[in-house]
Amino acid sequence: MPDFSSVRRRIFAPQARDGALRMAIWAAAGILFACAAWLMLDVAVRGAAGLDWRFLVDEPARAGRAGGIGPILVSTGLILAVAIAVAAPLGLAAAIFLAEFLPSGSRFAAWTSISLDVLAGIPSIVFGLFGNAFFSVWLGMGFSILSGGLTLACMILPLLIRTAEHGLRMVPDEWRHGAAALGMSRFSSVWRIVLPAAGPAVTAGLLLGLGRATAETAALVFTSGYVDRMPSSLLDSGRALSLHIYDLAMNVAGGDRNAYASALVLLLFLIVVNGLAMSFSDYLLRKRIAA
Amino acid sequence: MTSLRISSLFPRTPDGYIAFGLGAAACLASGILLLILIFVFGEAWPALRTIGVVRFLSDGAWYPTDGAFGLVPMLAASFALAAGALTIAAPVGVAVAIFRLHYAPGWMKAPYRGLVLLLAGTPSVVLGLWGLMVLVPLIARIEPPGASLIAGILVLALMIVPTVAIASEAALESVPRSCWSAANALGLGREAALLNVVLPAAREGIAGGILLAGARALGETMVVLMITGNIVQMPDGLFTPVRALTSNIALEMAYATGDHRASLFVSGLALTLLVFLLSFAAGTGRRRRHA
Amino acid sequence: MTLGPKDEAAGEGAAGYTVGPMLAGPECCTPEPVIGVRGLAVSYAGVPALKHVDLDIYKGCVTALIGPSGCGKSTFLSSLNRLTDLVAGCRVAGRIEVDGVDIHGPDVDVQALRRKVGMIFQKPNPFPLSIHRNLDMPLREHGVRSRDERESRIRAALSDVGLWEEVADRLDEPALSLSGGQQQRLCIARALVLQPSILLMDEPCSALDPLSAETVEKMIVGLRGRYTVVVVTHNLAQARRIANFAAFFWVRDRAGALIEFDTCQRLFEAPAHDLTAAYVTGRSG
Ligand SMILES: Nc1ncnc2c1ncn2[C@@H]1O[C@H](COP(=O)(O)OP(=O)(O)OP(=O)(O)O)[C@@H](O)[C@H]1O
Ligand SMILES: [Mg+2]
Repeated sequence: MPDFSSVRRRIFAPQARDGALRMAIWAAAGILFACAAWLMLDVAVRGAAGLDWRFLVDEPARAGRAGGIGPILVSTGLILAVAIAVAAPLGLAAAIFLAEFLPSGSRFAAWTSISLDVLAGIPSIVFGLFGNAFFSVWLGMGFSILSGGLTLACMILPLLIRTAEHGLRMVPDEWRHGAAALGMSRFSSVWRIVLPAAGPAVTAGLLLGLGRATAETAALVFTSGYVDRMPSSLLDSGRALSLHIYDLAMNVAGGDRNAYASALVLLLFLIVVNGLAMSFSDYLLRKRIAA
Repeated sequence: MTSLRISSLFPRTPDGYIAFGLGAAACLASGILLLILIFVFGEAWPALRTIGVVRFLSDGAWYPTDGAFGLVPMLAASFALAAGALTIAAPVGVAVAIFRLHYAPGWMKAPYRGLVLLLAGTPSVVLGLWGLMVLVPLIARIEPPGASLIAGILVLALMIVPTVAIASEAALESVPRSCWSAANALGLGREAALLNVVLPAAREGIAGGILLAGARALGETMVVLMITGNIVQMPDGLFTPVRALTSNIALEMAYATGDHRASLFVSGLALTLLVFLLSFAAGTGRRRRHA
Repeated sequence: MTLGPKDEAAGEGAAGYTVGPMLAGPECCTPEPVIGVRGLAVSYAGVPALKHVDLDIYKGCVTALIGPSGCGKSTFLSSLNRLTDLVAGCRVAGRIEVDGVDIHGPDVDVQALRRKVGMIFQKPNPFPLSIHRNLDMPLREHGVRSRDERESRIRAALSDVGLWEEVADRLDEPALSLSGGQQQRLCIARALVLQPSILLMDEPCSALDPLSAETVEKMIVGLRGRYTVVVVTHNLAQARRIANFAAFFWVRDRAGALIEFDTCQRLFEAPAHDLTAAYVTGRSG
């Protein structure tokens, strides 16, 4: 057995470099793990201390220092409902048009694609500015759940369209051709065959959008407002959970305990939503590998 | 690029009418970007006209109610925050991606991916809360007041590491296996193959991910709002409290009127432009790679 | 169960299936054109795929399209039911008449055309629905309201393709759980359930194992007379076994062209053209 090690040492970088790189990679992974674990444990431990069933249903008292988050959960739910109710049908319709009706390579497709990419990159605070100027002031909705929900709808729209469009394009053409050969109209082939087949992908996108909207704070500061009472209509101002956390942490001395409890609620909800989204897209992946 | 022939896309059949409806939805969705630009620009216009772009850059200070509109300290703070966060997050994110793909023992891969995704889905207000309650007091022990540039950099870095890691992982996975086998056939070890062959091959995808992460850091509001101190001054040291453009909008929108309000929209416009440029650069890399 | 005179072949199919009432009828391959193709030329994104095709398809007969790969057989087939419409950049010129009507005419209802001209693809493509729903859904889409009628047509179509006994007790299972051969027969049943008069088949057996291929082949023989069948096949022996007429395509000047059309027997035994002779005897292609 000839000895190559001397050759190797001359031609390739020294072993020391490899060792250092290996250590750096393990160290980076370890540090990220440590920080993430620190963050999660901190929220879990301090949040659990203030969290019970009463907290979820009670009205906030003394600017949120005491009491619970009942009305805030209701407002959050309403804001999300508005956002999804507007963005989901609009996004799905746009995705169907882009994936099924528009010839790819057309100028409109190119323009839409650029505009959606740009829209997806706009900072959320700018969505907040826009929402304030357009929905709250120009359309006269004021600080309201409606205004906040519509702002969030604009924000998650690119995500919904992209995921749905991607899901639709993954559906094999054979089924479209099969449906056309049976004399089915284009729309019924989409409605009866393609869309159900893309269902998991569309659902995953919807859940991701829901998660994104739930996590959002900056876009809501001056659209849905701060009022922490139980909303009586969609035109009432309503405080979102994320905004409540911000307010307690920054503006209310002694609000830590409830800020943490609210943060835990938010985090748990997001884990469920994002986990569901993941399981839908994993399901898709498995199916594609199996096929 | 083929131009669109409206008549062929929307024939006078039920399918054609449905296509028309779906097309309208797609137009609406891609028109939102235009709407945002129009409204943000429209609100910013009075300030651009009466104050002028130059003064936003040449005024020494930010006293908008007294006619001083200098954005430079806040621009600098935003850049310093994003650049600092990228300096940490880019190497760590790439290392984490490499770790997950090539170093982690089998059992660790899936949980580690879960962790990265969990962090990616964590709302920025929760990161801000953790920074405010945990990190800022720690930094304050080194040098008061604690709420400072470095606090913002660290938490922003934690926020964008998943962005870099997820994009890098996708880029690394798309490097053909033959690259690995060719490198191995040359007698290169794992580290040498990574450094000399695989990372260069995945270069553009990784760079795109880093640019996107930079755009996210630049546009982030809640984290910087909660933990950087919010004092308008040039970032002349890591422990200096600073105010970013985004936090400025969030802090002052609530009571701003007249030129003050318009100049907040100007800063929103500036932010949007910067983020455009970054995501456009990221997109150019991506498009070149696919071409 | 009545067996038509020409159904022995189907009756003794490999799977030994029963035959439904649709097949029960005399063979009536008559030299009366139902499809007339004149000067057909098809191009994809400006690149010609097929040029100058003049061809008549006769009623109740099986016409086999043969020729080497890429000579435009599939293209020809899908221009007959205007499935070419779905391909972006595809241009069709020339005149195609089905039952005397120009299918590119201004008032033509494409959906009605495709209902009359059924198509079966090379790769079985059942929808990701239940077996029953695969057949039921097209019927509903075409406005067959009566549930009883749908059920009886489904049953008849499944019997015709010899699937009824195999799947009668699991109609609600996903169609994709069937074997490849069963999936292809389901697709044929899905076409039959709409009661088309013409069936276009693009290499219907080539993705199947030999046993399933034989079953499907026998089934096609069974369709003869009742339906006008146009079938693309690379299997020359199969073409001889099942077809009444045969058309030979070849790539000429970079585009597919029809070289020869004749009765199956003459095309194989006394071809008029040298290319045909070379191809059918296996000297080229
Ligand atoms: N969708 C398409 N886009 C572009 N070109 C196409 C398309 N479909 C077919 N072609 C081209 O048209 C020509 C004829 O193709 P066609 O599929 O009709 O051949 P075929 O005789 O069916 O071949 P095979 O026996 O392999 O199925 C080929 O050169 C092919 O490359
Ligand atoms: Mg073919």
